Amino acid sequence: MRVLPYGSRAVLAEVDSLERVYGLVAALRREALEGVTELIPAARTVLVRFDPDVISGPALATWLRRRRPRPLAWGSDLTVELPVVYDGPDLPEVAALTSLEPAEVMERHLKGRYVVAFCGFAPGFGYLVGGDPALRVPRRDTPRSQVPAGAVALAGEYTGVYPRAMPGGWQLIGRSEAALWDAQRDPPALLSPGTQVVFVPETAR
Amino acid sequence: MTPGAGAVEVMRPGPFATIQDLGRTGYAAVGVPLSGAADLRSFALANALVGNMPTAAAIEATFGGLELRAHTSVVMAVTGAPCLVTIDGSAASFGAALSVDAGAVVQVGSPRRGLRTYLAVHGGVDVPAVLGSRSTDVLAGIGPPALGRGSILPVGDVTDGAVDPPIVHPVPADLTLLVQPGPRLDWFADNAIDLLCAGPYTVLMESNRVALRLHGPALPRRRDDELPPEGLVRGAIQVPPDGRPVLFLADHPVTGGYPVLAVVDEEDQWLAAQARPGRPISFRARA
Repeated sequence: MRVLPYGSRAVLAEVDSLERVYGLVAALRREALEGVTELIPAARTVLVRFDPDVISGPALATWLRRRRPRPLAWGSDLTVELPVVYDGPDLPEVAALTSLEPAEVMERHLKGRYVVAFCGFAPGFGYLVGGDPALRVPRRDTPRSQVPAGAVALAGEYTGVYPRAMPGGWQLIGRSEAALWDAQRDPPALLSPGTQVVFVPETAR
Repeated sequence: MTPGAGAVEVMRPGPFATIQDLGRTGYAAVGVPLSGAADLRSFALANALVGNMPTAAAIEATFGGLELRAHTSVVMAVTGAPCLVTIDGSAASFGAALSVDAGAVVQVGSPRRGLRTYLAVHGGVDVPAVLGSRSTDVLAGIGPPALGRGSILPVGDVTDGAVDPPIVHPVPADLTLLVQPGPRLDWFADNAIDLLCAGPYTVLMESNRVALRLHGPALPRRRDDELPPEGLVRGAIQVPPDGRPVLFLADHPVTGGYPVLAVVDEEDQWLAAQARPGRPISFRARA
């Protein structure tokens, strides 16, 4: 594991797989180190925020370097169904990039058994993994200044659903009416790390 | 609003004003940014001057222009980007506790330098908290709406018994920020930090509470592959493929997908929040 400097209130711990990210998060939660204020798991890293009045950066880095996080399978028992209509503006582009027919893109996307690897970008935005590797496409060269709320999108190994209208560079293949984020709801986020997700055709509901 | 509690009314919000406090912690794992006052130092000073706890919420005015009417007698303080302050048309002190009678009108002019001015009220602004904070997050769209004409702001009771003599830090005319190497230094050419420090950089108009976008020398990368998304911090200087640095402020997203070259020292982060669009900003490396 590499521990990278990140200002005076955080360090970035880097491991070689998402499963080891989960292993490290589990270890950090178990040990409940005093002075650690927040953990932000991502694809290959855990951002560890700390209070420098309680624990020093070097002491935290040393503690982290001594960990040997084991790979851990993630997944809560919670499965969320997201209704989707495949009419995104980038569906033809995704079909061209993957040498598939648009109907095959839809079919393969529906077959995925997804899990929320981590959240970020915006409240309620989950990075979903577990999709068909044939659907890996790069981000758009020029991001859109406004992506509509509910847009179902692809980028790299991830699929995601925009919780609100915002700028974004992912390829838009469809839309969902699911309320991914509602600050008045408890919990406000429909998806959190570990949540399992399946997409279902809107008309089938 | 509890009976007998104070209130102030927004007569004019100026170009853009929001309520801010120390921000939201504990929701990063579901993608909620920290948010909070952009210039935490001037914000803390405003609260200290009126005897509030550090957690009390205050007004953050961008480019001044704020006009308030006190419904009840209140104690206020104005800090950050220096502005002319008047009470019923008479000049009042900037950076000091002010007694404002019920019915009096407080005006905050345009800042002579800097960008964000803070106005704290003894007791704190008591609008409803969202996920534990009264901060407006412009990226996430969480928290109270931006102030509008006619907004009524209830005054709370987030006060502190003892007041330490606060230290006033005037906003300097020239902004030079100390930086330290960031987590992805090895993604950049050897001279990237030198180029950042040599500048010159100008703050672009599309800057906001999320980030300062800078115009100036492109910072060359050593690697062109895509970085998997990873956590961001306030003060992180991220470099997208075009090489133009983006310096993250209070409402930065929880994660970002481009490498972070450097991080602004915590001591200098308040200065980044005072950088005006169209004005120069410079950097120096920690020795």
